[in-house]
Amino acid sequence: MSVIRQSEHTEKATFGFWLYLMTDCVLFASLFAVFAVMRNSVWDGPAGVDIFSLPYVWLLTMVLLLSSFTCGLALIAARSNNVRKTLWLLGLTGALGLVFLGLEAYEFAKLIHEGYGWQRSGFLSAFFTLVGMHGLHISAGLIWLTYLMPKIRRKGLISINRKRLLMFSMFWHFLDVIWIFIFTIVYLMGVSPL
Amino acid sequence: MSKQHTHSTSSYVVGLILAILLTNAAFILVGSKMLSGWPLVFALTGLAICQLWVQLRYFLHLGSESRPRWNLMAFAFAAVVICILVFGSLWIMKNLHYNMMPDMNKDIDREIMEKENIYR
Repeated sequence: MSVIRQSEHTEKATFGFWLYLMTDCVLFASLFAVFAVMRNSVWDGPAGVDIFSLPYVWLLTMVLLLSSFTCGLALIAARSNNVRKTLWLLGLTGALGLVFLGLEAYEFAKLIHEGYGWQRSGFLSAFFTLVGMHGLHISAGLIWLTYLMPKIRRKGLISINRKRLLMFSMFWHFLDVIWIFIFTIVYLMGVSPL
Repeated sequence: MSKQHTHSTSSYVVGLILAILLTNAAFILVGSKMLSGWPLVFALTGLAICQLWVQLRYFLHLGSESRPRWNLMAFAFAAVVICILVFGSLWIMKNLHYNMMPDMNKDIDREIMEKENIYR
């Protein structure tokens, strides 16, 4: 009886979280729309083809994809009640997320250092806003993780912690889904002008 | 709750392999310069939508929930809103761009009247 009520409660809570993710999708969609409108507004600044490095973006993509994968494995480890393995995989997920964020920060710093900051052109403003917003979400995910992991370590995989872990994994997978469109629309289409 | 088989390790492994294949296909397509212009844009969009489907199905397990599928319905609604938002913005801005004609040296009124066959 209580097990059924518990799973029903979890399903309701994850649905609520899913609705939040859908509204976040709309936020990203509006930033994508801005980017699409601004992509040729380079004024005297550089276009995408001048500043993007595809191997670097490929590396970013692979790091984030692997991190999404290890996050899924952590969820499975939690289902089989393996606290150590769950924590280990979550740690790996966080580490890969941190590497991703570091690589992105380096790219941003390099662009700003070369004088291609967000104030240079409409295209660069839209680029920094869109990709920066994704980076901000990744940072939020990492903060969430540093809060979630000690909780799992202390109390184990109790039902509230399982629910938290499930929602974190939804959030993390969602960020990888957004990244598919960032690498396709911003970077790949950015280096191949119409 | 969701069906058990969709939450196994193999689901994530299949998702990872498909996502890596689709990502690499997109990067190779651009790197090799096989296509350009609109065909390239359509090919990349197709690959991105395939990968969206892969990640939703194998990582987020969308569509494997119990009926009624509220998550799937919320997703479909968000997709409609996103399409209106993105394509609507592009349409409006393209039209605005045309009517404003940012080339300052031209007489905008005369230019548009000629193009649209409008006579005073």
